[in-house]
Amino acid sequence: MMPQAPKAGNLVVIGAGMASGRMLEHLFETAPDAWNVTLFNAEPRGNYNRLMLSPVLSGEKTYEQIVTHDAGWYAAHGVDCRFGEAVVKIDRANRVVYSNQGGAPYDKLVIATGSAPFIIPVPGKDLKGVVTYRDLEDTNAMIAAARPGATAVVIGGGLLGLEAAAGMAARGASVTVIHLMGHLMERQLDPSAGYLLQKDLERRGITVHCHGATKAILGKTHVEAVLLEDGTVYPADLVCMAVGIRPETRIATDAHLEVERGILVNDRMQTSDPAIFALGECVQFENQLFGLVAPLYDQAKVLAATLAGQVAAFRPVQTATRLKVTGVELFSAGDFAEGPGREDIVFRDPGRGVYKRLVIEGDRLLGAVMYGDTADGAWFFSQIKDGTDISGHRDTLIFGPAFQGGSQADPLAAVAALPPEAEICGCNGVCKGKIIAAIQDGAVTLDAVRAQTKASSSCGTCTGLVEQVMALTLGEGFRTNANPPVCQCTQHSHDDVRRLIRAGGLKSIPAVMQELGWKTAGGCATCRPALNYYLLADWPLEYRDDRQSRFVNERNHANIQKDGTYSVVPRMWGGVTTPAELRAIADAADRYNVPMVKVTGGQRIDLLGVKKEDLPAIWADLNAAGMVSGHAYSKGLRTVKTCVGSEFCRFGTQDSTGLGIKLEKLLWGSWTPAKVKLGVSGCPRNCAEATCKDIGVVCVDSGFEISVAGAAGMEVKQTEPLCKVATETEAMEVIAAFIQLYRENARYLHRIYKWVAKVGLDWVRAQMADPANRKALYDRFLVSQQVYQSDPWAEHAAADQRGKWAALADLTLEAAE
Amino acid sequence: MSGGFDSWIDIGALEDIPSAGARVVKTAQGCVAVFRTANDQVFALDDRCPHKGGPLSEGIVHGTAVTCPLHAWVFSLETGQAQGADAGTVATYPVRVADGRILLDGRRLARRVAA
Repeated sequence: MMPQAPKAGNLVVIGAGMASGRMLEHLFETAPDAWNVTLFNAEPRGNYNRLMLSPVLSGEKTYEQIVTHDAGWYAAHGVDCRFGEAVVKIDRANRVVYSNQGGAPYDKLVIATGSAPFIIPVPGKDLKGVVTYRDLEDTNAMIAAARPGATAVVIGGGLLGLEAAAGMAARGASVTVIHLMGHLMERQLDPSAGYLLQKDLERRGITVHCHGATKAILGKTHVEAVLLEDGTVYPADLVCMAVGIRPETRIATDAHLEVERGILVNDRMQTSDPAIFALGECVQFENQLFGLVAPLYDQAKVLAATLAGQVAAFRPVQTATRLKVTGVELFSAGDFAEGPGREDIVFRDPGRGVYKRLVIEGDRLLGAVMYGDTADGAWFFSQIKDGTDISGHRDTLIFGPAFQGGSQADPLAAVAALPPEAEICGCNGVCKGKIIAAIQDGAVTLDAVRAQTKASSSCGTCTGLVEQVMALTLGEGFRTNANPPVCQCTQHSHDDVRRLIRAGGLKSIPAVMQELGWKTAGGCATCRPALNYYLLADWPLEYRDDRQSRFVNERNHANIQKDGTYSVVPRMWGGVTTPAELRAIADAADRYNVPMVKVTGGQRIDLLGVKKEDLPAIWADLNAAGMVSGHAYSKGLRTVKTCVGSEFCRFGTQDSTGLGIKLEKLLWGSWTPAKVKLGVSGCPRNCAEATCKDIGVVCVDSGFEISVAGAAGMEVKQTEPLCKVATETEAMEVIAAFIQLYRENARYLHRIYKWVAKVGLDWVRAQMADPANRKALYDRFLVSQQVYQSDPWAEHAAADQRGKWAALADLTLEAAE
Repeated sequence: MSGGFDSWIDIGALEDIPSAGARVVKTAQGCVAVFRTANDQVFALDDRCPHKGGPLSEGIVHGTAVTCPLHAWVFSLETGQAQGADAGTVATYPVRVADGRILLDGRRLARRVAA
């Protein structure tokens, strides 16, 4: 036991949120033995980083990763934790706090009850399936509801509402945001940035309805839909109300403390009762309320000092806002309302979706709104906070710090140009100089910098900046560690697993799990398909495909539909078919009572609604007519879409149809990290839409332009040029070699565009530019094809295999006895 | 059934089910999924995910759990309980292996029909 020092008395804290948690940290640092601390929390857990609920919702983090104070921390500081106990009464006369489970006497009391979400008083607000976005329970409710195919409506297009929407959309739910105002995040963004944000969200499949007033939430016991005043109805399995928060002041009001909108405090965080203090979102200071974390942490510092007997005063400062939605770059700070005497500097780059607006009054920068490129946000923010005289550099101000004399090509230049006092981490008020000092004192990993400075430990949006400061300070010695583990079965990232499989010569799933220390016995549905792919890609001759580690579609060589039936798509080379093939398809559709026959986007025909036990027979029929599996279900080569090219088209420059067929015959049957679709267009009119495919070929008079990394799904992206070649043979070698490069290096489930974004197109070009390397890649592709280019339908349609597709036993009669 | 000294129904050989896989048994009340784990344990559950009716027999079997192929809910094969954040239960049935044959308890199946 540690020696007991004399304590000043009992300190009771109501609420274990981020503000009180930070206050306790400071208090234990400055006066570790001053108080016996009792901590009440209505939630059945301690302090976690509420700002990180959004990454938990989107699946990028787990709850365990966002815990700030674990049981060990509370124990080490002797905190009496009363978690799951809501405080019901403060007896000020006797200085006792009562929860539903008993009392606790105090000498000093801290109220940190935070805020409560607004519930808009519409019919149906109490239905099951209506949640707010405040704590882990809300987050878990949304995770449970946000299944692919589910529909969710978020009421409120502010910071929280959009994070909730993006998180649920990332999990596959179809999400609609209803926003009362004319543009999203109107308190932080001007209409232009709001528009870009809306476009970005819509590109992710989120529907945005502005000027939308909710009239009622519909449903019997569980929510079913949301009705707007204008008559629009959105179906909903879940409704998240994120229209705002109000300070949670009930306990203070009941105790007759002075309360207006929030609990009134002075600059020492003292309430109208000198023995009672308050901090966080529940307080009101000089007519202001506080919702962002930075001023709350300032309050925590002040209150800790006050409780330690020191003198300190709270002064609210300006705060900046970033949205925590991966892939959305948004920053706003200061005051950006228009007004007399105010001028704007605006920069737009519509192609890149970049928008920047600075609001200036006299020689001072008042506000900044940035969208799409927010790298200079911290620099602008420091200019706003410091009231810097900008008259000398007003001409180049909008181009940011890199342009204030110096080169701007280096991506690190913007960070290098920041002065030591520039704020990097807004949440925790950590400046660049403090981070550099910590690095120089030996904090050489991101975690160490976080632990020592708290930079990037709250909302995490400045992680990139902190890493840049580390890169600048450490030079070559710095490596980012932004690779998350494959799944909960392992610590290793995808890249590490791939490297270790090769380095260790691991050639089976059990070998990988054993040697790399898998934490589960048989892996899970996330890692097993990934490992199966990595092994078959790296060891085509030695590894045997593990069918039981395949997702159902690849195991059954057909796409499962929501009713458990399957869809069957025969290959049509380059989208070309014949009357005989069409007859065979029609016959098969008749014979197996196929409910729907549909032409696909990849220029072939889909037979939907086939029963599992009929699959081998329908395949056999299609095989007999000369057709093979179209692999419309695989992480592999799907289709090569073509136009009619020079054979028929008056504009065609080359035989695009012929090249498409040759490519498909070369590439079919190959397994890849994610699906691969090609397009070959006979001229730059691009009728085969080749420039939004994973790989596109556009024929020109002088040869073939090959471009890669397009996308036309959740994201839409044009391909980027890889190279131009003169002959069909070269085109085929380049494309096969490129696919092999992708097969050997990409993370499982990463489409080509994601992989190229990660490794950089320059690296890819360099790999492909070396003829020896290219040839070696091509040869390795052909080796793999020797094994994997075979029709799975023929294999499973064989007479001795068919039984496996039917039921093991039929007890229909026995069970009915 | 002949004999009648017990209610166990022979539904097939252990080898008829792939290791870490499943096959279905048809009954008048819908399919029962019979799972074989990598360690040759055998479990029988309703072949219907309580979430959206997905065929659990088509899921990836890992340890003594299966992941539904439609929306990745994970169920314990031993208890039929959904794992993690999901809530739901799948009915389980007594099943055992004797001399390489899989035996399913007919009484429980019959009770399921009556229910």
